[in-house]
Amino acid sequence: MEGSVAYDNDLNLKATELRLGLPGTHEEQQAVSSSTVRNNKRPNGESDARNETAPPPKAQIVGWPPIRSYRKNNSQPKKTESEGVGIYIKVSMDGAPYLRKIDLKVYSGYPELLQAVENMFKFTIGEYSEREGYKGSDYAPTYEDKDGDWMLVGDVPWEMFITSCKRLRIMKGSEARGLGCGV
Amino acid sequence: MQKKVACSFPDEVLEHVFSFIQSDKDRNAVSMVCKSWYEIERWCRRKIFIGNCYAVSPRMVIRRFPKVRSIELKGKPHFADFNLVPDGWGGYVLPWIAEMAGAYPWLEEIRLKRMVVTDECLELIAKSFKNFKVLVLFSCEGFSTDGLAAIAASCMNLRELDLRDSDVDDLGGHWLSHFPETYTSLVSLNSSCLGSDEVSLSALERLVGRCTNLRTLRLNRAVPLDKIANILGRAPQLVDFGTGTYGADLQSDVFSSLAGAFSSCKELRSLSGFWDVVPAYLPAIYPVCSRLTSLNLSYVTIQSPDLVKLLRHCPSLQRLLVLDYIEDSGLEALSSSCKELQELRVFPSDPFGEEPNVSLTEQGLVSVCLACPKLQSVLYFCRRMSNVALVTIAQNCPNLTRFRLCIIEPRTADFLTLEPLDVGFGAIVEHCKDLRRLSLSGLLTDRVFEYIGRYAKKLEMLSVAFAGESDLGLHHVLSGCESLRKLEIRDCPFGDKALLANAAKLETMRSLWMSSCAVSFGACKLLGQKMPRLNVEVIDESGPPDSRPDSCPVDKLYIYRSVAGPRFDMPPFVWTMEEDSALQLNTIGNPIGSEWEHNMKGIQGLRAQMPFVLYLAELSNTSQW
Repeated sequence: MEGSVAYDNDLNLKATELRLGLPGTHEEQQAVSSSTVRNNKRPNGESDARNETAPPPKAQIVGWPPIRSYRKNNSQPKKTESEGVGIYIKVSMDGAPYLRKIDLKVYSGYPELLQAVENMFKFTIGEYSEREGYKGSDYAPTYEDKDGDWMLVGDVPWEMFITSCKRLRIMKGSEARGLGCGV
Repeated sequence: MQKKVACSFPDEVLEHVFSFIQSDKDRNAVSMVCKSWYEIERWCRRKIFIGNCYAVSPRMVIRRFPKVRSIELKGKPHFADFNLVPDGWGGYVLPWIAEMAGAYPWLEEIRLKRMVVTDECLELIAKSFKNFKVLVLFSCEGFSTDGLAAIAASCMNLRELDLRDSDVDDLGGHWLSHFPETYTSLVSLNSSCLGSDEVSLSALERLVGRCTNLRTLRLNRAVPLDKIANILGRAPQLVDFGTGTYGADLQSDVFSSLAGAFSSCKELRSLSGFWDVVPAYLPAIYPVCSRLTSLNLSYVTIQSPDLVKLLRHCPSLQRLLVLDYIEDSGLEALSSSCKELQELRVFPSDPFGEEPNVSLTEQGLVSVCLACPKLQSVLYFCRRMSNVALVTIAQNCPNLTRFRLCIIEPRTADFLTLEPLDVGFGAIVEHCKDLRRLSLSGLLTDRVFEYIGRYAKKLEMLSVAFAGESDLGLHHVLSGCESLRKLEIRDCPFGDKALLANAAKLETMRSLWMSSCAVSFGACKLLGQKMPRLNVEVIDESGPPDSRPDSCPVDKLYIYRSVAGPRFDMPPFVWTMEEDSALQLNTIGNPIGSEWEHNMKGIQGLRAQMPFVLYLAELSNTSQW
């Protein structure tokens, strides 16, 4: 029934200037689909590489992957050391006889966390500034992250902090002062 | 001699015989035997399915079938689920309800999918149908719990109220208390999609307690875990239960009453819900696990070992929905525990992350396909695939009827060979001879469509994204897939040629969706003009397509067959290509003597030679649409 149409494989679309985007519109899809208009040769690895060198921050494609909106909010599972809904981590303080444990989920940000730690160990931390760390006391709050490095508390966004923090250590004395002087 | 006897059966006898024929296809066949059978059949048809609410008008349905008791309607195209159809596109059910209110006072069942339902509609239903029994609103929107309250208050014979996946304006749980205290007929309630934190727990408990025929109860997230035991205690006869929130601080008394409540539900076969799961509470369902046939864990954000622990208790499982936290190792375990598995859906936990957050690859799917002989239906999101994996799947699961694979990054090649996945998907369509539904992804050339056209003879629905190289791909599908009803395509380089050459094919299908492809406005106009039984709708939010040259591609195109003509409820960004609009090839803006112009003129001549598709009287095949 449909066999009567002869096909030439070479579309040569350039001559008719067909594009996938409408003139004057700027859509994310253009970035993605700009190389779908191609000749009939089979794509090889090179053309894939060309696709992948698209602008580094990938624009989110509308409606892709094809998931219903109510499914989109399946966040990471809560990585807990013990069962329960909290994220419990050990807190140590230099010079304190024993460690404590706190639930990071209970706090909504750094101020609350630091306040709680201050209350727990009866000391003051001082003021945080990006440039100079914690000024005004002998203490600096640090944490061990997923890579095993000791980081100063407060540098990264809160959400990122609670997922990467493995334990907390309140450093005291000369070590702390070193941290406080702008590493 | 035999002939005379057959013709002299009284109508009542024939009607009685026809009452045993339930399937729409068979009913349609019966109606086409002769005029008198057509007449008898149409008066006794009780159930009607309309796959596209715009394919036919309410008046036409009512005129032909005056005694309908049950109607099912579908509205928006499937890609509306993924936000590709702008708000306000259409799919309004009110005109249908309004007409049926007068014509079908004894209507019992309304089932809607992807339609816009307002509180006014629900109130009209409540008021108009005295024997109303079943309301299913699948992925619908536009209504609030006030509308539900009207249904609850008036429909004394309501059996089923199922709001699955609908977008409801939840104004709080008080609608439940509108079920009168004398109302006891509820058999099925699915309110799992309601989003408010408020729910009237006491009304819910009382309702559940007095409806002794309740078989399905799916709660919404607002119902806390510690209420489950009480609810189940009042409905131990439940077959299908959906929890609300399934997390709380672990308390042993709550746990033991929960476990006790579950174990007294001897008929329970299906579980769902499980929002905010606390793993320690999962063992409470172990008493019912051995009988479970369906388990929806798609909101359960726990790690693979905990998932596996649970699944090991479910040897009878036929249907599993789960997040990709299950990982390859968990799917391997699943394949050894759950030999009865027929349907598997694995959803991505982090669909927009660029790096994989879990160890789920093609291996998980392969291990299930190798070990679960009854597997028929697959929906799988992953980040890599290979042809050899797909071939393995195809060879080991020839009974697949639905195969939907989503490789998250568009145009991802075979990770082993860096080749396209044509051969893999080709194996799927070649070996799975009963395949009815297929969704493609990954790097694909025109070759995969050649395989599909050649082998996928039972394929009814095909979803394509970021695939193909030329019109040849589309042509293969349209010319080869004999059973094709629904085709949806996005971001593929398919243009005018294949579409226009296969225009007649479109009249044999329910619908075709093409977005971000290369179909020109001129081709749309031509199609609309030449094919009066098709509604060719162009969706473009950036402005009228005729303000641009005809060679410009349209943004979104939705073509569907219809005996009702163009619809009148279109929003400003949808244009129907009408048959009586004078087709002028707008050559302004098109290069003179361009190939496009040449193609258009050639195709116009060709159309005159195309076979004419015959129709019987209107609606003869309505139910297949």
